[in-house]
Amino acid sequence: MELEDVQGLVRFGYRHLTEACFFLLRVKDPAAARAWLAQVPITNAIKAALPETALHVAFTSEGLRALEVACDLREGFSAEFVAGMASDTARARRLGDVGANDPKYWRWGTGERLPHVAVLLYAKSGRLPAWEREIEAQYAAGFVQIERLSTSDEQDKEPFGFDDGISQPQVDWERKRPVRDQDQLEYSNVSCLGEFLLGYPNEYGLYTPRPLLVPQRDPGALLPRAEDAPEQADLGRNGCYLVMRQLRQDVRRFWSELDQQAEGDADLRDRLAAAMVGRKKNGEPLAAPGEVNNFTYQADPQGLRCPLGAHIRRANPRNADLPPGPRGILSRLWRILGFNAAALEQDLVASTRFHRLLRRGRKYGAAPALSATEASPSADTGLHFICLVANITRQFEFVQSAWLMGSKFAGLTGESDPLLGHRLRDLGGFPTDGFSIPQADGPDRRLSGLPQFVTVLGGAYFFMPGIRALRYLATTR
Amino acid sequence: MTPQSQFMLVAQVTPGRERGLRELLETMNSKPGMADPANVVLPFGQFERLHFARLAVLDDPTLGDIEAHGIPRPRLPVYLAFAGCCDGPAAECIADLAQRAGAGLRRIFMHCEGFHAQGDLLAWMQAHQRQLAANYINWVGRTVRQVKEESALRHALAAKVPRAPLASVAEAQQLRRELIDFVNAEASAGRLPLTPPEPTPLSWKIAKLLHFVAIPLAVLILLPFLIVLSPLLIFMLRTREKKDAEICPRQDRAALLELQDLEDYDVTNQYTAIGSVKPGLFRRWLVTVLLALIDYTCRHIFSHGFLARVQTIHFAFWAFLDDKCRLVFMSNYDGGHEPYMDDFINKVAWGLNLSFSHGVGWPRTRWLVARGARIENKFKNYQRRHQLPTQVWYRAYPGLALVDLKRNQRIREGLELASVTDAQAQAWLRLL
Repeated sequence: MELEDVQGLVRFGYRHLTEACFFLLRVKDPAAARAWLAQVPITNAIKAALPETALHVAFTSEGLRALEVACDLREGFSAEFVAGMASDTARARRLGDVGANDPKYWRWGTGERLPHVAVLLYAKSGRLPAWEREIEAQYAAGFVQIERLSTSDEQDKEPFGFDDGISQPQVDWERKRPVRDQDQLEYSNVSCLGEFLLGYPNEYGLYTPRPLLVPQRDPGALLPRAEDAPEQADLGRNGCYLVMRQLRQDVRRFWSELDQQAEGDADLRDRLAAAMVGRKKNGEPLAAPGEVNNFTYQADPQGLRCPLGAHIRRANPRNADLPPGPRGILSRLWRILGFNAAALEQDLVASTRFHRLLRRGRKYGAAPALSATEASPSADTGLHFICLVANITRQFEFVQSAWLMGSKFAGLTGESDPLLGHRLRDLGGFPTDGFSIPQADGPDRRLSGLPQFVTVLGGAYFFMPGIRALRYLATTR
Repeated sequence: MTPQSQFMLVAQVTPGRERGLRELLETMNSKPGMADPANVVLPFGQFERLHFARLAVLDDPTLGDIEAHGIPRPRLPVYLAFAGCCDGPAAECIADLAQRAGAGLRRIFMHCEGFHAQGDLLAWMQAHQRQLAANYINWVGRTVRQVKEESALRHALAAKVPRAPLASVAEAQQLRRELIDFVNAEASAGRLPLTPPEPTPLSWKIAKLLHFVAIPLAVLILLPFLIVLSPLLIFMLRTREKKDAEICPRQDRAALLELQDLEDYDVTNQYTAIGSVKPGLFRRWLVTVLLALIDYTCRHIFSHGFLARVQTIHFAFWAFLDDKCRLVFMSNYDGGHEPYMDDFINKVAWGLNLSFSHGVGWPRTRWLVARGARIENKFKNYQRRHQLPTQVWYRAYPGLALVDLKRNQRIREGLELASVTDAQAQAWLRLL
């Protein structure tokens, strides 16, 4: 494992670096841009060197083109990266980027507002402004800035007021997990390195496709060799895809809506909000009081403790490859063939391990107000959602489309994610703006007519290369 | 109980008329690939026994793949396929279509070889109907009418049921009785019809029973031969599995977008795929036998809600074309395409390998069930590359996924029970 070649953001969320801002840039002068990229100080993933400041760089596919990277190398990346997040209406339908989320309303991410390069800066308290000016001066010859995404420094709570960033996959940096394709009968929070970094085996025991080069194209031998094809240079190794979305959160609307649904009962309001999130404000999961991240929903199949459609249950259903059942090979075979009816009931969502995201988002805007009356109506606040994955389609797009936006997730109907849903009716004319809270003794408690709380303001797919690959892209023509 | 059927008509498109055909099909849609139920050519919505239907031009861009087996690219015609899933016998549905939408069907089939504007439409359609090699129906006996009535029932009950917490189990029983009275009142006022199922046709029962017995009997008779021949068969399988070429390049971007443009307008999507069967008698017989067995299990075992672990397929079938040189597969499934494929890989890769690994270029399998579709990227490329755009697709109940159909069915069943335990009453209320 080559930690010195991995950009540190893959390993660290930099909680101690409370200040951060993200520059979205377009190439103005390719040669000058490459000259800067060839020597820009990138923070690596070695733990001993936990830094005072950190800098990371990622490219969109358009950015690689603007930097004059050979066409066949760009085409070696995944199809969704090459196409881009706002590439077509089919992707927009899948991601829920319709209605108010439509890319045509985005502040950035399309046309002339599609960034070529993202530069992510992190710094200790008070250090950012000077660091920022320094970097801006360095890249000015090569790039123009189209957006400076600021972040707010209070990182533990997201704008609605809930503890955030708790659930993260535990990356198998030491590569202890055996490389083999085998059903996992228990949910585990540990993910293969190859789920997040290219060039390593993923959960299927396979190497995700990425650009591989004949050695002649890497005359300076800058790039590592591919593990699965040792005669080829691996442009992807130690790199990953970075998905960024700017999500505006309407805090006032969220709490005033819940206030209304609770008819002014503050305690009920907070309980409804917790049901929608799946955690209390302090981060305690409803499914497992007293726990933080070490739990599953196996003991709560009907959603009596944590509603099936709660945000954190949709985003990470925490299940294994096979639904639970008695031990033994026969029982397993029975479940594989679908004959165990009780197991089938819980099998609508399965195999979470193929759909994990390493989240690195940062909040922006004013600190969240705790009640409807305290929030200023025009506050522009939300989340710069960032996740790192090796396979955008199977990880980010799957979670976003099938689990969060899906109006039939886990057998539910008439609702999508209670926080992120766009609330548009489906083709059958059925609403998706509900939220159901199962009750043990009778019909679900049901919220209906929920308005949209979160709006997408921008987004793009980036590739965050390994540090050697970055130098290769910047120097080799 | 009314059993369901599927059918597919296949006709050769007259050379030079393909473009006109595609233009005509286009006029039947309200969104890309999504049929307008009331379109003037073939107003699908008027056929109340039709669950799903599609029209697809079968023009296989992967025909040349067979050159990997040392066989020249065959010259095969472009076909038009018209497929549907219906209540009752397929023959009745086809006759009904010919009778009530004859003019529109003639306009479509005019683009096909051997069709005469003045000829007998029904006879022509019957002559072009193809035998299906294997047939999957999610829930045998669930009719379009039932789906629609039960959906209305659920909506009426969901709107009616009070959502305040219940004080006692006695209250749950009481609430259930009140809701039953409400439904009965609505039903007698003609607002909430719940048509009782029709008697199961005797001929269907007999045919099913004969099939149930005949296939195991045939297997039993063949078993001694198979055992004797097994070393040879295993050798033949393994040598082929080791040397057959994998052809799994990434789908061309424009072609992929053409497919994606037709998807995700509804909670249900369509899938049409075609490919060549690997040459040689061994593969030909193996795929024939395996599809017959799949058909058997679908008919007698997987007939009520699940195909092994997959619970999201409404209808699907496999059919041979061109003297078993090619195989076509069509399905109607819930959710998006990528999740559908992930579900397949993670839950039934072995089943995919059994049925599709005889296709030219399939990712390498081991022992007929292992690897193959588990090689995620190759499988995903393969299935997209073999997928064809479905020019016109109709479904009778947009917005309703199989999870809805199942729940609504349970609501009705719970309604019709004379008495229930307290726990049953609570479980029933939770369905609302």
